[in-house]
Amino acid sequence: MKNVIMLEGDRMIIRVGEELDHHITKELRENIDTMIDKGIVKNIAFDFSTTGFMDSAGIGLIMGRYKKIEPLGGSISIVGTNPAIERIIRISGIHKIIRMELAK
Amino acid sequence: MKDRMKLEFDSKSSNESFARVTVASFVVRLDPTLEEMSDIKTAVSEAVTNCVVHGYENGEGIITIECYIEENEITVIVEDKGVGIADVEKAMEPLYTTKPNEERAGMGFSFMEIFMDELLVESCPGQGTKVTMKKKIEKK
Repeated sequence: MKNVIMLEGDRMIIRVGEELDHHITKELRENIDTMIDKGIVKNIAFDFSTTGFMDSAGIGLIMGRYKKIEPLGGSISIVGTNPAIERIIRISGIHKIIRMELAK
Repeated sequence: MKDRMKLEFDSKSSNESFARVTVASFVVRLDPTLEEMSDIKTAVSEAVTNCVVHGYENGEGIITIECYIEENEITVIVEDKGVGIADVEKAMEPLYTTKPNEERAGMGFSFMEIFMDELLVESCPGQGTKVTMKKKIEKK
């Protein structure tokens, strides 16, 4: 399943596909940044519900977006996850700087 | 009883997934748990990505992966003949990266260390890098 970017209110929701590695982050980063640079949205939400694999490249993508939108007053949240992804997020420590909106 | 495989492929980001799946399919004979499998795939992904991004700096090159299984332990060796690492100790420091502009989190080696039982990095500038990782799969 591919990545899907949706606009909802004042934020974009990125429903990440099955895998998020260095290869996939390259294109995804460009797509996200195009929308930020056009001033369309500055808040980003990642939905990892259907993501089975993520390595540190995915963490780099999240961190990079955070550095980009934080000065613009934007925020990053994670709105969907699963045990495998949550494990990676916690090991990386980024859960301390981004919002984990894990509503059931 | 030893089981061995050796794989050689072009250094391209599109081969990162291929490398993960290939090593995973070799490891499956040890009947790993989902988590053990995920650990190994992540470590392989980090090592191969390092070859692509750092070893060959997104240019051309050959990456080799050698795996062997002895008893219930898997050894994975990922090697490139790229630029090599000047200061291996520094490179292995958490969050240290030589490519912050490419959004490298600097966590590759940390993840390899966390997910595998042993990690050995051998490298010399101009002579490439060899990463050897081992993991014991719990007998069930």
